[in-house]
Amino acid sequence: MTQSVVVQVGQCGNQVGCRFWDLALREHAHVNKRGLYDEALSSFFRNYEGICWGHILTYLHPQAVLIDMEEGVVHGILQGPLREVFDSTQLLTDVSGSGNNWAVGNLMYGSAYRDSIVNKLRKAAEHCDCLQCFFLIHSMGGGTGSGLGTRVLSLLEEEFPDVCRIVTAMYPSAEDDVITSPYNSVLAMRELTEHADCVLPVENQSLVDIVNKISLMSHDAKPGCVLKKESTVTSGQGGVSPTERPFDAMNNIVANLLLNITSSSRFDGSLNMDLNEIANNLVPFPRLHYLVPSLTPLYTLADVNIPTRRLDQMFSDAFSKEHQLIRADPKHSLYLACALMVRGNVQVSDLRRNIERLRPSLPFVSWNQEGWKTGLCSVPPVGHAHSLLALANNTCVKPTFMELRDRFTKLYKKKAHLHHYLHVDGMEQSAFSEALSSLSALIEEYHHLDATKARLIPDAPRLSIAR
Amino acid sequence: MSVVTVQLGQCGNQVGQELFDVMCSDARDVHRKTYSAVSCERFFRQTTQGALEARAVLIDMEPKVINHSMSKAAKSGRWRYGETSHFSQKQGSGNNWANGYCVLGPRHRDAVEELVRREVEHCDMLAGFIPIMSVAGGTGSGVGTFITQCLRDVYPSSFVLNHLTWPYGTGEVIVQNYNSVLTLAHLYQLSDAILVHENDIVHKICSQLLKIKQISFSDINRVIAHQLGGVLQPTLTPASCGAYSRHPIGIDWQVCPPPASAGRSRSLSAGSFNTSLANLLILRGKDVYSAETGGFEDPAIYTSWLPPDEALSLWKSPVPFNKYEKSATLVSNSQALLRPLDDMVRKAWNMFASRAYIHQYVKFGISEEDFLDSFTSLEQVISSYSELQ
Repeated sequence: MTQSVVVQVGQCGNQVGCRFWDLALREHAHVNKRGLYDEALSSFFRNYEGICWGHILTYLHPQAVLIDMEEGVVHGILQGPLREVFDSTQLLTDVSGSGNNWAVGNLMYGSAYRDSIVNKLRKAAEHCDCLQCFFLIHSMGGGTGSGLGTRVLSLLEEEFPDVCRIVTAMYPSAEDDVITSPYNSVLAMRELTEHADCVLPVENQSLVDIVNKISLMSHDAKPGCVLKKESTVTSGQGGVSPTERPFDAMNNIVANLLLNITSSSRFDGSLNMDLNEIANNLVPFPRLHYLVPSLTPLYTLADVNIPTRRLDQMFSDAFSKEHQLIRADPKHSLYLACALMVRGNVQVSDLRRNIERLRPSLPFVSWNQEGWKTGLCSVPPVGHAHSLLALANNTCVKPTFMELRDRFTKLYKKKAHLHHYLHVDGMEQSAFSEALSSLSALIEEYHHLDATKARLIPDAPRLSIAR
Repeated sequence: MSVVTVQLGQCGNQVGQELFDVMCSDARDVHRKTYSAVSCERFFRQTTQGALEARAVLIDMEPKVINHSMSKAAKSGRWRYGETSHFSQKQGSGNNWANGYCVLGPRHRDAVEELVRREVEHCDMLAGFIPIMSVAGGTGSGVGTFITQCLRDVYPSSFVLNHLTWPYGTGEVIVQNYNSVLTLAHLYQLSDAILVHENDIVHKICSQLLKIKQISFSDINRVIAHQLGGVLQPTLTPASCGAYSRHPIGIDWQVCPPPASAGRSRSLSAGSFNTSLANLLILRGKDVYSAETGGFEDPAIYTSWLPPDEALSLWKSPVPFNKYEKSATLVSNSQALLRPLDDMVRKAWNMFASRAYIHQYVKFGISEEDFLDSFTSLEQVISSYSELQ
């Protein structure tokens, strides 16, 4: 059994991270009825006395490092019900924040706290028997999450080159109220492209849309109807925290994403899918590692015995725009690869039937016509009989990145707010132009693949053998 | 004579557990003392308390499946795996053949060889090895290929019969075609015989013949175990004079075609048959001695340079197998696998032509040259089989 460490950076990263730990505890409590420390728990938690199987859960420590350059959020976590669970050696805070400035986060705090960060990461890693993955959670638009978060990413690559780095990055919407978010996002993108193994981009607006949709559906639910009022995907009910704060519903969705992606490494199944298989199967070229996540179902059904039709509906939903965590249109772009991680009582024949059914409507790149990676985990998530997480490496991220580049260029052309960045020690204007070219090169790679979509690519001529 | 089974990766360990289950219940339920004794001796050993332990070594790079298989076996109450007959690590091979073959196999070679050696020591007379693995993933395919090589090196005079499970054509693992091509190209040089089951075909058996509605991997594995058991359980041949003395896995497929210039005559042009090099028909149960098998000797089925009576082997056992009153198994060395093999190579080649995923393999120590060698090797196999007439 392998372990993973979660590194949450900045306000957004810590809020999402907090929801993740709450929901993880809820999930394990649901599965682990006897309260004994087992292998599944060990992937994210250690027992206070060290890793010993079969011990009662005396004191669970999440394998986490919490970093923020202002104290509000982390202190909030420490006042809340999860305070028992973290200890001070896992935290790194400062007081003044990064002023929504990537350079402050990455260069100023990055240098000042470099050794401290590396020490905390090393400590977390030492507690792990076999460390497989770092999950980094941060937003792209601010200063700490974006700047210091990406600095942590490059430190992870330096110090732990063999450990997988999966980044959950929250991208700002066009209407974001932080004026400099395009700068921060593009500067961070370059780091993600170069140092991450996989990136799961999540857009705030998509989360808002999903939350609205769920509450609309639940409120419309008439008595006797099968939909439950509270969706376990967005609700923290049954978790540790008693009251729900603003953004909790949105952050719960991201937390569920992380629970589902790790389900097959934690629990049994007839076709296991480990974390190291995700990058190996979904990343055909090193820089094209942006995977569009899509989560179903979103509503909790009161009736957990679901007939086949509902099961098939779950597969169809995974490919609909409404269930994606970024606003994009994969069906009209090109799939490079797609992973389906199924949880619950779903068998291989259900999987095959749905792949065959959906395949004709999904455009796959010519050299990966059967580009499916599948996993079957027998343990369903809390409140559902089954669930499906689809991770698609699809060129539909190109418009998202192009839009980001446009917002960046609008500001950069006018040299707006540049001086705030250039004031920071170590920040040069070349960083901006390099980040821009990195993004443009990435867009170009996707574009190149897109161009193959319309053309009929013949099979590559085979080797001829001397008879 | 005893056989040591080496179960590799998730598929190998899941299939292996079902196989031992079938063989144990077949051997135990049947009221034929000699058959039962021979079968048990072949695949199991008896502990001092009289319990049956499988002659198996379980290998995986992560622990969950082995734990599951061992506890499932123990729950049956009739047989179990040896307490110490397993080896696992904490982290899997990531579906990467190169990781399995170049890194993990060599790293754990000594531990695995030691486990095999201990199992071999329990055998009075070793017939050979059956590595069971899939070709789509990383451990079964990569580590499996490496271990097969080790078995060859350490036990040069023992038979090695590899059982391979080929994945569904429409993707279980995206890089499955790379893993398959690399495995098959290597095993071709190492193995005495390769027995293949394709998930697609077994799936059809489950849905169309067995009418199972919601097919699980357990269903698939049970069909594979049944067919494999049908091949491996004791049988009699005309030469064995009523004793189960035939080599359990001595399937001799070594045939040498005549030079191309020799003239060939053919009896019937049979364009609709897959041409066979050789067939092995195994009949079990009632009426085996009166069964009409002439059809299997039709020269139309076979390649022209082997007379049918040399190309067809017939094994019989009057003992009903696995609760079937009568059953027949056909093991065929023919063009039947040509189409799936060609498809696999074609898809892998298309992927290779765009260099997709190559960086994932190169980082573990194989080169583009190694890929090309494997492709060349398989194109030759395809060519040889295509030209059978």
